[in-house]
Amino acid sequence: MGSGSTGSGGGERRWWLNRTAVVVVWITASVAILVGLHWYSRVVSIRKAEEGLVSMCEERARMLQDQFAVSVNHVHALAILVSTFHYQKHPAALDQDTFAEYTAGTAFERPLLNGVAYAQRVVHAERENFENQQGWMIKTMKREPSPVQDEYAPVIFSQETVSYIESIDMMSGEEDRENIIKARTTGKAVLTRPFRLLKSNHLGVVLTFPVYRADLSGDATSQERVEATAGYLGGAFDVESLVENLLRQLAGNQDILVNVYDVTNISNPLIMYGPQLPDDFVSLSHISMLDFGDPFRKHQMVCRYSKKPPIPLSAITTPSGVFVICMLTGYILYAAWSRYDNVKEDCRKMEELKKQAEAADVAKSQFLATVSHEIRTPMNGVLGMLDMLLDTTLNSTQKDYAQTAQVCGKALISLINEVLDRAKIEAGKLELESVAFDLRSILDDVISLFSAKSREKGIELAVYVSSRVPEFLLGDPGRFRQIITNLVGNSIKFTERGHIFVQVHLAAHSNQATDAVIEEGLIGHENEACVMSTNLAFNTLSGFEAADSRNSWENFKLLLSNEASMCTSQSKMPYENDSSQVTLIVIVEDTGIGIPLHAQERVFTPFMQADSSTSRNYGGTGIGLSISKCLVELMGGQINFVSRPHIGSTFTFTAVLQRCQIRTNGDTKRPPHCFLPTCFKGVKAILIDRRPVRGAVTKYHLQRLGVKAEVVSNIDLAVSALSGKNGSFISGYGKEPCILLIENDSLCSKEVICLHNQLLEQQRTGSIPEVPKVILLANSESDKTNGVDMVDSVIVKPLRTSTVAACFQQVLGFAQYPSQEKPNGSAFLCSLLVGKNILVVDDNKVNLRVAAGTLKKYGAKVECVESGKDALSLLQLPHKFDACFMDIQMPEMDGFEATRQIRLMESKTNEEAQNGGTLVEENSSRIEWHLPILAMTADVIQATYEECIKCGMDGYVSKPFEESQLYQAVAKFLVSDS
Amino acid sequence: MASVALREQLNQLLTSMFAEGLLDQQFQQLQMLQDSGSPGFVAEVITLFCEDSERILTELTKVLEQTIVDYQKLDAYVHQLKGSSSSVGAQNVKLACVQFRQFCEETNKEGCIQALNVVKHEYYHLRNKFEKMLQLEQRIQAYDSKQQN
Repeated sequence: MGSGSTGSGGGERRWWLNRTAVVVVWITASVAILVGLHWYSRVVSIRKAEEGLVSMCEERARMLQDQFAVSVNHVHALAILVSTFHYQKHPAALDQDTFAEYTAGTAFERPLLNGVAYAQRVVHAERENFENQQGWMIKTMKREPSPVQDEYAPVIFSQETVSYIESIDMMSGEEDRENIIKARTTGKAVLTRPFRLLKSNHLGVVLTFPVYRADLSGDATSQERVEATAGYLGGAFDVESLVENLLRQLAGNQDILVNVYDVTNISNPLIMYGPQLPDDFVSLSHISMLDFGDPFRKHQMVCRYSKKPPIPLSAITTPSGVFVICMLTGYILYAAWSRYDNVKEDCRKMEELKKQAEAADVAKSQFLATVSHEIRTPMNGVLGMLDMLLDTTLNSTQKDYAQTAQVCGKALISLINEVLDRAKIEAGKLELESVAFDLRSILDDVISLFSAKSREKGIELAVYVSSRVPEFLLGDPGRFRQIITNLVGNSIKFTERGHIFVQVHLAAHSNQATDAVIEEGLIGHENEACVMSTNLAFNTLSGFEAADSRNSWENFKLLLSNEASMCTSQSKMPYENDSSQVTLIVIVEDTGIGIPLHAQERVFTPFMQADSSTSRNYGGTGIGLSISKCLVELMGGQINFVSRPHIGSTFTFTAVLQRCQIRTNGDTKRPPHCFLPTCFKGVKAILIDRRPVRGAVTKYHLQRLGVKAEVVSNIDLAVSALSGKNGSFISGYGKEPCILLIENDSLCSKEVICLHNQLLEQQRTGSIPEVPKVILLANSESDKTNGVDMVDSVIVKPLRTSTVAACFQQVLGFAQYPSQEKPNGSAFLCSLLVGKNILVVDDNKVNLRVAAGTLKKYGAKVECVESGKDALSLLQLPHKFDACFMDIQMPEMDGFEATRQIRLMESKTNEEAQNGGTLVEENSSRIEWHLPILAMTADVIQATYEECIKCGMDGYVSKPFEESQLYQAVAKFLVSDS
Repeated sequence: MASVALREQLNQLLTSMFAEGLLDQQFQQLQMLQDSGSPGFVAEVITLFCEDSERILTELTKVLEQTIVDYQKLDAYVHQLKGSSSSVGAQNVKLACVQFRQFCEETNKEGCIQALNVVKHEYYHLRNKFEKMLQLEQRIQAYDSKQQN
């Protein structure tokens, strides 16, 4: 135990570690999920922002580019205008005023350009001429007269917005000069790098477009182009305001920062628009390339978010929600796990406790069984000695003492037996026998057991067995008797007046009848009530009310009539189906004090009586009913009761028994109930009884004897029946003797005398050939005196078939059967053993002689041998023996060995018979050889018994023989054998 | 009248035998077995018993006289004696046999010899009583037959 507990403790600690680890893992996993989800949602949001940025950036770049392209196209158009109207018309159709007016009018077309101006190409040779023509000097950017150059590009036309550049040589500016040269060689619009514009001081670029004197083909060389150049059209793009305007038109311009760069020189991008960004500003950015149509310059637009995109709320809430759910789930699992563990632990403990309790219970039962057994043995000694003491000459006081002691001892023994039974049942050691028995004779036994008591108390005790119950049943007669004895014993104990009535029916049949009664009750309810009110005496056996009203005469009558109809419709087949199982329903009805309502539910609890005063008044231990219940359940039935205080109790139990297969060999030709004389067949009887139930009971006993009986309710009917007036069954009255049975309380003594006289009268008149014998049925000895001289005999109740038979024999003068004189147990033994051939094997001559003597007493034909070998030689098949009693300890060949040999011999023969088939014909009475062999042994212990069974014996009897045991052992084989 | 006196004597003898513990219930059973069908049943059983017992007793003495005692054989004999005595109802002999068997089991030679003596003693005591009883019975029978004649 100690080591076990520490072991389990260690296991628990490991388990705890394990659990902590699981918790840690779980939390880590949850955190990981949290982080992962958060990261994922952030990635998603950033990607979204990126996409947004890309689309916005591209949108802005395209717009800028488009607007720029529009402006450039317009400048291109202007260039063509200038070329068309200034150079191809003579005289020139264009002057400063026209140009200014026109450009101002079309300024809306060039929202991006501050203004446009046209500069003419002037070579140095033409300078003077030109200056004279224009009336002003060519100036440099610094507004000084221009130094000598190869060529000049003075502005001749300008929009009003840029009129300040008129007469300024564009070639004097570094940027413009480069521009001009590039433009005239390529013939395309060319941009400067961004620089601060002159007036607005905004960042800007200058667009320059060449104007050619003549039309040039597309594939003209740069030399040709330079030759053909007439002047240059230029315009300043104010990029800063341009982009600002553009962005203002678009949504979301607050969120993003836009920078435009000139990246012609990649290593040193020139900013065209946008704030200078600090170097450490790291933000999401996108770069879109811009194509302003200038093949020499490259531009790009960079978009950024003005601030870092905010972390979306869902990136925090979703993971934390999931985390919380994980933790909760974890907690729930954890709680469930610990709960499960607790429950498992509890369960284990409980299991252990249960095992202990069961072991204790078994030990208790075993202890009880042992102790009761140990008590029983010396008690038997005490009782035996008391018996012997009572046989000696004692004075009356001593005798009284001894008798009291004996009664007490017997009571103690029976109590111990009961306790032993109970313990055996609880220990599951009680096994039911399966022996053929006659239910009716068992009931008669029970009745005779209680007859003295019932007479003493003046209670009617009666038995009725339905004729549909088979004659012989397979079951445990001892236990069956025990149940009934118990119930009847209880009833007797608690009943002071009225009756105790035991009925046995087939269960299915009884149910039918009950149903019928219930139906009838529904229809004829008023009728019934009427009967009840007029008839104060109840229609039961004794006239007292019974607890279970279903057992009243109405019901009983139905059962009887059902039986009758069954019998007539299937005359040879009293029971309708051949199934081997028979369910009996046994009803024990009394009119005692009943069971108090509060005690009814614990009636079947062992050692529980209605209340403590019960045992004081009536004695008993209260174990009987619980044993009965157990036994009934072992027999596959149920026990129930209905009880009404001060009215009575009715116990009902069912039992499932086997139908006894009666063999068709010679032995069964013997009348089935051999103990009952059969000489009364054809005798007729008339019963005067005003109580129909009691009449039916008496009739049942008469029918068992083969007597035809009729029940009438009063004398007049009886007389008329006798004289055959009513055409009753007695009309054929002739040779057969007739008996008149009179129930004591149905007639007063005067009436009996009157009846007697009437009968004499009738005989004289010849209406009846002779006076029938009159038998009075009396309740007690005292009733005997009532008109005893007028009747031929008196039967004192309770009725038993055998007593009735004895009385009839006496009255009718039939020869007495010897079996009738003997006490019951011996009678059974006699009936079993009469005429049987029995072999007794014992090496001890004395034992042999005694055993033989005992068996002979019961009418058996006995042969004795003194050794196993002799027995074997006698038992060579075929032989005549019905049974063999075998001593176990014998020299040379002991009982076990002899039995083994005998069984071997039998099985060989049986096999041959089966194979050959012809042998059977010769001894057709035996289908299979199996000689019942009973061991005779002095020490009846379990091991010996098992050994006996193992070597093929059928049972054992103790040596010297004990009547009851001998009967039990023999009954198993000889009745079922017959 | 003598018959009655003899019967009285017989009864007294039996009662004393029961009281002494020489006989037990089994003997009563035997008596009950004796009826008109077998008048000499008890006498027959008793003589059988006596013959058998004497044979066994001599055997027992022989076995015990040997230097090496065959206890198994001894036990078998005692068992037989015990069986027959319990069949007859010879209680004291039976009890003595039980003790004898115990000594046999213990292979206690001393004890066995002692037990044998006890058994012998009990047996001879019983035999005397039986003889008396049988004599009385014979006389009763003789009287009865005389009277009938």
